[in-house]
Amino acid sequence: METLVWTCTEKTPEPGVFSDMLEERRRTSDLSYALKSYSPQPYKGHPPSSARALHQAVMDSQYLRYITQEIATESREPVEVIREEASGILEEMSHNLQLSVIRLLGYTLNKVFKSVFRRILVNEDGLNRLQQAIQEHPVILMPNHRSYVDFLVLSYILFTYDLPLPVIAAGIPLMGMKLIGELLRRSGAFFIRRTIGADKLYWAVLSEYVRTIVRTGSAPVEFYVEGLRSRTLKSLNPKLGMMHMVLEPFFKGEVYDISLVPISVSYDRLLEESLLAHELLGVPKPKETTMGLLKARKVLEDDYGSMHVCFGQPISVRELAKGRITRSQYNLVPRDLPQKPSEEIQAFVSVVAHGMVRLQERDTVLSPWSLMALILLQNPEGLALVTLTQRTAWLRGLVLKFGAHLDWPAQVSDEEVMSSSMSLHRSMVGCEGARVFLLEAPAPGGEASVSPEAAVFRRAAVVLMCASYRNQVLHVFVRPALVAVAMATTPSTRKEDVFTNFKFLQELFSNEFVFVPGMAAQDFEEGCLLLVKCEALQTSDQQLVRTEHGADTTSCLQAILQPFLQTYQVVFNYLTKDSALVFTERQYIPAVRSYCLKLTLAGELPTCEALSSDTQKNVLNALLRMNAVTKTKVGDQSEFRVNKAAIQRIGDILAGRIPPQSAAFSRL
Amino acid sequence: MASNGKSSERQRIAQQRLRIIAGHLRKQEEADHIEIAAQECKAESSRTDTAKPNSVPKRRQEIMKWNGWGYSDSKFLFNKKGQAEFTGKRYRLSGLILPSLKEWFEGTFGANLQHKSPAAAALNAGAVPPPNLSESFVEELKATDIPFSHDAEDRVFRSHGHCLHEIFGLREGQYGRCPDMVVWPNCHIDVVKIVELACKHNVCLMPYGGGTSVSSALECPPEETRSIVSLDTSQMNQILWIDEKNLTAHVEAGIIGQDLERLLNESGYCTGHEPDSMEFSSLGGWVATRASGMKKNIYGNIEDLVVHIKMVTPRGVIEKSCQGPRMSTGPDVHHFILGSEGTLGVVTEVTMKIRPVPEYQKYGSVVFPNFQQGVACLREVAKQRCAPASIRLMDNEQFQFGHALKPQVSSMFTSFLDGLKKFYITKFKGFDPQQLCVATLLFEGDREKVLQHEKQVYDIAAKFGGLAAGEDNGQRGYMLTFVIAYLRDLGMDYYVMGESFETSVPWDRVLDLCRNVKERIVRECKEKGVQFPPLSTCRVTQTYDSGACVYFYFAFNYRGLSDPLNVYLQVEHAAREEILANGGSLSHHHGVGKLRKEWMQDAVSSVGLGMLKSVKEYVDPDNIFGNRNLL
Repeated sequence: METLVWTCTEKTPEPGVFSDMLEERRRTSDLSYALKSYSPQPYKGHPPSSARALHQAVMDSQYLRYITQEIATESREPVEVIREEASGILEEMSHNLQLSVIRLLGYTLNKVFKSVFRRILVNEDGLNRLQQAIQEHPVILMPNHRSYVDFLVLSYILFTYDLPLPVIAAGIPLMGMKLIGELLRRSGAFFIRRTIGADKLYWAVLSEYVRTIVRTGSAPVEFYVEGLRSRTLKSLNPKLGMMHMVLEPFFKGEVYDISLVPISVSYDRLLEESLLAHELLGVPKPKETTMGLLKARKVLEDDYGSMHVCFGQPISVRELAKGRITRSQYNLVPRDLPQKPSEEIQAFVSVVAHGMVRLQERDTVLSPWSLMALILLQNPEGLALVTLTQRTAWLRGLVLKFGAHLDWPAQVSDEEVMSSSMSLHRSMVGCEGARVFLLEAPAPGGEASVSPEAAVFRRAAVVLMCASYRNQVLHVFVRPALVAVAMATTPSTRKEDVFTNFKFLQELFSNEFVFVPGMAAQDFEEGCLLLVKCEALQTSDQQLVRTEHGADTTSCLQAILQPFLQTYQVVFNYLTKDSALVFTERQYIPAVRSYCLKLTLAGELPTCEALSSDTQKNVLNALLRMNAVTKTKVGDQSEFRVNKAAIQRIGDILAGRIPPQSAAFSRL
Repeated sequence: MASNGKSSERQRIAQQRLRIIAGHLRKQEEADHIEIAAQECKAESSRTDTAKPNSVPKRRQEIMKWNGWGYSDSKFLFNKKGQAEFTGKRYRLSGLILPSLKEWFEGTFGANLQHKSPAAAALNAGAVPPPNLSESFVEELKATDIPFSHDAEDRVFRSHGHCLHEIFGLREGQYGRCPDMVVWPNCHIDVVKIVELACKHNVCLMPYGGGTSVSSALECPPEETRSIVSLDTSQMNQILWIDEKNLTAHVEAGIIGQDLERLLNESGYCTGHEPDSMEFSSLGGWVATRASGMKKNIYGNIEDLVVHIKMVTPRGVIEKSCQGPRMSTGPDVHHFILGSEGTLGVVTEVTMKIRPVPEYQKYGSVVFPNFQQGVACLREVAKQRCAPASIRLMDNEQFQFGHALKPQVSSMFTSFLDGLKKFYITKFKGFDPQQLCVATLLFEGDREKVLQHEKQVYDIAAKFGGLAAGEDNGQRGYMLTFVIAYLRDLGMDYYVMGESFETSVPWDRVLDLCRNVKERIVRECKEKGVQFPPLSTCRVTQTYDSGACVYFYFAFNYRGLSDPLNVYLQVEHAAREEILANGGSLSHHHGVGKLRKEWMQDAVSSVGLGMLKSVKEYVDPDNIFGNRNLL
């Protein structure tokens, strides 16, 4: 498991040299690219099985037989009807990977990518490792998901480098898009309903489908462990269902090992940047339609800089499971029968999923703009270009010290890096004279909006856009920053006391940032060590002492978390002072939003980021987890009941007014 | 599969048929003979043992290797031309040249005939630690007239089984803790006397049968401070009587497999119990380890074969009062004895089922395109309950191994035919030579039924893509079993060490277990610095209604390793863990001994282990039978 317990204190393994895969594409014709010879080395020399054979294998499986029989008995319907239904689900779900379509797609993507991106940078070392891994064991590709664009980008890269094409877990909405849905299906996508709930048959078909692919190793499986596209560009806490499905064949000994490959995709500039910000502000997201995509063509004419795809070190599940999983727990029940996973298995799946997200974070290549965004957000009134350049360069040093990968062009002056980044992001940032400042988003429809609310949203939209770029770099800082905040709110300097506070913060923010469960102590140690490394902290004799000359670093780190601390307090205030005792899920976001809006207009909202529905939801979930809010199902609606006193107390602890009681936060 | 019978299989069967026909004529005469034999035993205790018709003498060193498998005159070697040959006259392969073995050997292990790792030339009696004798015990033993010895060679011979680490140690001239003396009881009464004396003088007794243990069961516990007496049952080797009405034979437990079969054959009978070790292993050892025979599909395993067991324990003699074929008298006390691995007492006499010698035997083989298909076929055969006397499925590596043991072909025609066969299977039928595998079959019974049965099995095989591949391939497969242990000695002459181990597993896990265990071995070897990929191969050797027995071989080139034995032990340990993690049992028939003891509690639960311990506690409170196996 140590491979997943990455700490910044160790030397981060280099992802290797990145090379631009578009470079060669620009020299050859798209057609000859699409028609290039393609003969990948598959797993153990087995050629991939056809989609139909896969369908048959799933339908014939003992597992599905058992489940359909069980459902038939429960529902008193003939088993044939249930099997028919299962076959229908499978039909809806199945990929239909065809090389001809991949070639067509390769042709198209080639054109699009060449026009949209300056470069697509891929670490070829990683691809070489992947090629090795694919031949030895079933491989699970686990990319992060930041843009629509990256949905097929791995297939594109693997096709280019002559590696077996993956089958990709996708959300049903994508399938709904006419033509595109079918195209994606033939490119290897298989579709999963968003809300499966308690649909036993659906779960059964899906899990057997996924397991069969892994078991036979017929193709690498690609899925987003975060479950969906991150709207904030922050990593999301992983979903465990799919993770469990792909690991199960190993648990049950059906395969010798499985390789998990973390893949980190990052962009200089995101195609849907403004869309995301508006979504967070409550402007509804356009339905994913073919027309919508065609309209987006205008977007394609713009410049989006570079895209980085980093293929991480393949992780052996067998290695991870060593000493943690007793595989013999499956000995006494036929492996084909449904079995509730043991606590040991559940905990393991969770740790692996969280660990994979951390590996994705670790290998992410950051752009200078992320650092600039961080500084710009800390100076809402704008700042001098010189200062920005200086601060960014300083931050760059810190980030590198913390072990992150930064795409900072060599042999170019810092000023040039600034100006090229700003020109790429000119929709967000303006520069007049020697001052740099955030712009306002253009009003929808073009006309100058007059309502003050609209003006707030226009400003907030840019802040949230900017924040999402900053968010890409948060994982680098979050542990030392939490330590810094914990130290600020702890009256004593005893390490133990600071740790208690740290644990409280981590618990509170565990929806906000990704922490591997059960590793609070290691996270704390890592945070401390990084602070020591940048000379902001001295530890001696179980005491944590801030250094004089590290004050700048400490306050910068604290400031990084400020927007979150402030937003949480705003929502706490709303819930304790303004909100009804009971409200529904649907009422919550609009109510918080209008509360924030009211504060803004009164000039009392400390940060525009409080308007992000994502953070607002995270607060509610944190309170649920900490039992300050309880949830009950009323009909098909969820109802929340607020414990105002408890929220008050959490707010007080967060503000450092009262110390946390460590026992109250049992999760960590 | 007696060693002496192979060269003239047909002839032997014909003779047996004659014997059966003549059987009733001789009956009276035999009955007399048996009575005499029984009386002889009684008189036996004071007689010298040389008169007995016995394949294993008291001084095993007269015919057997001290640091390797089997008979001294039989061994593989590479002759001056670099060709492999098998010496001696005992086996079908004896005296033959095996032209492809060298290439296989070098190719499989990356071994080189220039790099030799010879064993210590001779047993160095001076290096054996002096015996720790209990004088009072020796004094009283002398009075009984039971033969005993504390000669160093005798002791070394009984200080080990045939685990790799045991043999490897001997080759290096390391002797470890040896029994302090050896006694050779001649019959049940002798054993009773020895056990009484051992209890009286508090010496540790370790029963010794054929010495073929592969579970460290014969290793003297290093922590044992008492005098250790090896109780060698080899001289208790008489068939005391044959009951033709009930088809049972009452036999002294020290008899070894080949003698038992040979003697019964003379009367037209057989037990049909043929474990791979039957040349050397003893009836008592089978009972003590829950042995399994190759032809168990017809005759059953040892627990199905025994009708009555007599065992001498520190508490006294345990036996049942009648020979009813089945009883409901509480838990079957035989099952405390079966598999007790010498921890409770000495099995002295066993009544076991016998059968008339079958009229007809036929080997056969089937080639499958891959292992998966082969397993599916065996599963179907088990499902239809039509398994032949023996059916075994070798994986591809073992198939190739088997081919490497083909003796020099005498005629152009044969080699032409071989080429044709190969062409047919690989080119015409499209079997991948790196994937195909072969099942070996042995049918037994009356001729007509055998042929019928054969057809049924081949029909099933055809459904799984199996092609009949002739009797010869089948027979060679079984031969492999008998020579494999000799081959290990050859390997050890050239830096190759290897071992076999087994398990039993439900049908649905057979493939997964085989693949995972084989791969685990390969990876563990690599991780531990083994330079050349190991041989890691398996075969399914037995089928049951709900599962199968799987047998693994693994071997690797240990040149360049600083502590090869330790590497080997770690790999074997890892392989066993892998078996257990994949739903395999701790052992199908080798037993637990001391080698697999650490997993015993997991295997039978702590309550289960407690039950076994409480039996031990009652039967042998002073731990006289102190080999410390199993528990």
